[in-house]
Amino acid sequence: MGARVVVLDYGFGNVRSATRALERVGAEVTLTADRAAAQDADGLVVPGVGAFAACMAGLRAVRGHEVIGRRLAGGRPVLGICVGMQILFDAGVEHGERAEGMGEWAGTVERLDAPVVPHMGWAPVEAPAGTRLFDGVEDERFYFVHSYAARTFAQGHDDKADPRFSPPLVTWARAGTPGHGTRFVAAVEDGPLAATQFHPEKSGDAGARLLENWVRGLG
Amino acid sequence: MSVAIRVIPCLDVDAGRVVKGVNFQNLRDAGDPVELAARYDAEGADELTFLDVSASSAGRETTVDVVRRTAEQVFVPLTVGGGIRTVDDVDRMLRAGADKVGVNTAAIARPELISEIAGRFGSQVLVLSVDARRVPGGATAGATTGADLPSGYEVTTHGGRRGTGIDAVEWAEKAAALGAGEILLNSMDADGTAGGFDLEMLRDVRERVSVPLIASGGAGKPADFVAAAQAGADAVLAASVFHFGTLTIGQVKDEMRGAGLEIR
Repeated sequence: MGARVVVLDYGFGNVRSATRALERVGAEVTLTADRAAAQDADGLVVPGVGAFAACMAGLRAVRGHEVIGRRLAGGRPVLGICVGMQILFDAGVEHGERAEGMGEWAGTVERLDAPVVPHMGWAPVEAPAGTRLFDGVEDERFYFVHSYAARTFAQGHDDKADPRFSPPLVTWARAGTPGHGTRFVAAVEDGPLAATQFHPEKSGDAGARLLENWVRGLG
Repeated sequence: MSVAIRVIPCLDVDAGRVVKGVNFQNLRDAGDPVELAARYDAEGADELTFLDVSASSAGRETTVDVVRRTAEQVFVPLTVGGGIRTVDDVDRMLRAGADKVGVNTAAIARPELISEIAGRFGSQVLVLSVDARRVPGGATAGATTGADLPSGYEVTTHGGRRGTGIDAVEWAEKAAALGAGEILLNSMDADGTAGGFDLEMLRDVRERVSVPLIASGGAGKPADFVAAAQAGADAVLAASVFHFGTLTIGQVKDEMRGAGLEIR
């Protein structure tokens, strides 16, 4: 039997694609907003499509932020995808309006500064040494579609400076071309918490491998 | 290294079947959109587009089921256009497994539809499809409606047969401002000619619009795709050259790679 994964159904994700892609790599997937189920699963996936503020409000409405917080406190894996990653930062600014995020990581999600926005399509990433998520697909392209991203990542935020913890592994990508674009956070691996700005569930075989890497590390 | 130029096959779907000729070997059923989508995915398509040309609501229901079955086995982005008139239509397609929707005529009739869809689901789900043709006699000649068209391109409906009097470049610009995440620019003059994309039109729209631009209409040979990308297209869409096996996605990508373009 595969790892039990809950895809959090809070009204803001392409939940069907996420569910299907996780099933493809052998996970036993339940799509639900039920807190007990989300708490109990081997892995929790938080998808997200749309606006930062709306997603965060949707997450709070099902008390998903509490579930995520409790899971992380217990060292239980959570994977955020796209806006599901963005809301893990301190805040997001869209159309001049600031919305509070979960604050797991320091930094603000802001509009990309590139000649063509949304940043849409298959782009390469700069995966760091020691990555588990990108194992075997370090040199592949992944499917991005977004207008906002975290453009900085502050290491040593809060208790993460504690030497007992490994520092977060950050994967970068670029919207636009060198000199005419923005470097942004494409993925983070931070103990039980992982997240991707791109859509692994829509990234063909490379995305499937990444999800498989994550599922393999569960339970 | 940056984002790759996307190559997108487009399938016309009528009541659950692919229409327009499809002439593939090794397909059990050349008219099954799910099977064709999987085939294009395996050949390296970066995205897939279904254009629902069903005349009846029952036909469109069937398309929803096709989208659902495609999303079960295809793991690249899927856009569905045709017959999208309301936010609820978008919701239905996204729930079935589409990643984006294409909107055309309904937005011409009611531009607020663009902001309604973008407001609810985000700009990234909305591809505004523009069927444009050159105005006979060039800019400001007036076309069918006598309207003033500064760019020389007019938005049309009904497969290019009916003019709207709307300037195509201004419409693309307005749609992007209203929240369209991408513009699918289809040249009605080049469509079906296999004589190449309308590069001048692409450049003119590129100059004014900063959302991703998809070139459509006129693809005939691999070099045409390179030219479209060099004219500023972020993605290139074609139907018949792929369906009839005139070109494979691999051939197109080889040509693009040879020209120094980034591809997946």
